[in-house]
Amino acid sequence: MRATTAALFLLACSATSAWPQQRPAVDPARADAAIKSAFPTAPADWQSRLMPDETMRQCSAHRNSPPKAVAEAIQQRERATIVYPPDGKLLGEWKKGEAIAQSGYGLRFTDYPPRSANGGNCYACHQMTRQEVSYGTLGPSLLAYGKNRQFGEPDTKAAYDKIYDSHAAFPCSNMPRFGTNKILTIEQIKDLVALLMSPDSPVNK
Amino acid sequence: MTIRRMLFAAACAAIAASSVAVAQDSATEKAIEKYRHMLKEDPWSNPGLLDAHRGEALWVTAAGPNKATLEQCDLGKGAGKVDGAFAELPRYFADADRVMDLETRILWCMEKLQGFNPADLVKRPHPGGGQPVKELGAMATYVASKSSGMKFAAKLDQAKEKDAVALGETLFFRRSGPFDFACATCHDAAGLRIRLQGLPHLSSPDEARKVVGEWPAYRVSTTHVMTMQHRLYDCYWQMRMPELELGSDVSVALISYLASQAKGGDIAAPGLKR
Repeated sequence: MRATTAALFLLACSATSAWPQQRPAVDPARADAAIKSAFPTAPADWQSRLMPDETMRQCSAHRNSPPKAVAEAIQQRERATIVYPPDGKLLGEWKKGEAIAQSGYGLRFTDYPPRSANGGNCYACHQMTRQEVSYGTLGPSLLAYGKNRQFGEPDTKAAYDKIYDSHAAFPCSNMPRFGTNKILTIEQIKDLVALLMSPDSPVNK
Repeated sequence: MTIRRMLFAAACAAIAASSVAVAQDSATEKAIEKYRHMLKEDPWSNPGLLDAHRGEALWVTAAGPNKATLEQCDLGKGAGKVDGAFAELPRYFADADRVMDLETRILWCMEKLQGFNPADLVKRPHPGGGQPVKELGAMATYVASKSSGMKFAAKLDQAKEKDAVALGETLFFRRSGPFDFACATCHDAAGLRIRLQGLPHLSSPDEARKVVGEWPAYRVSTTHVMTMQHRLYDCYWQMRMPELELGSDVSVALISYLASQAKGGDIAAPGLKR
């Protein structure tokens, strides 16, 4: 129930920021062509970064406020990409999760060859613990995330899903698809779930 | 305890928690504002002015295979006219049959007047951290400073100019790359931050008018002047995209969109940034 309400609330919030869509639109194919020629040094294995997949194409076209039918199609498509740990255990170690939440390292053209594991950079957008005052506000505060949800199992799974692919819950969310786009590993996502959902995590203190 | 009272207590707790967070946010924001104010208190403390000065010297120094200066460079108001030229850019240039922003136009003049190979100039056009802005950027800083105190007044009313603005707007909302980011991810709402860094709401003309005119700007964190082309390159780096080419249609279109959003806003270049 709470998750549904929250989802509706977030959808309502994103709908209010809708941009008037009557401006003359540029053919997306033209934007694609411009992008293709604007990054001439992109190596072959980076070409896929230049082109949006179907979900991103829809989110861009609707400026992140997709109509209901599109939103549902996105949710369904993205939900199907979520992979769970073979043993079904969704809680890793919150201490490792905290380090992942702090790190913004990875996937920039200056990050090759990789010098460490990719980060999730959660603090860039979310408040998470009282100790860390340098947090962004692009996403909602996650203080007491697990505590507010009584550390429930369905919410643990929902948290895993949101990190793995935020669009499964909130179509056209601004949050990266950490699992689907292979930014973080399943183990790392479990550690972040633990950061959110463990009673002894600083998020819940 | 009745359910109603429990709900009321929970709501109160939530409000209390959020007001603590708001107080913390505003204290942080105040501290950052004080820092910005200190930087701005003495306008002559802006090291970017040294680069504007360097750019002015470069502008009149013969260089390139042709051993020519850029004094005859037409920035849109006629050959050799620098004052107020930046305020009217980007614009369509018939000689190039293209819309060009300031840096793309200087690149063009370096090619046509001085004989440089543009491919060489766009290979590594931006300085690394701690390095001074490169020559093209220093000259852009000089030219922009000669519109300081004026207002953005690019007409952007010709077909190719309108088209560049429309393409820029489409690109602003276009998501791709492994993080699914668009410019709009960070710049399509007011009052947001990454960590402690405030994010300008660039799809809002009110806010665009306040900030776009501060570029090129001296950045305290990287101790150099960053031009608008460099600013966009850096955004795409953070978006996990490859290296945006200086003078590409994408960069010109985005700058055209920003200039159209900022129309009527004050130019205060070089600005001073964290």
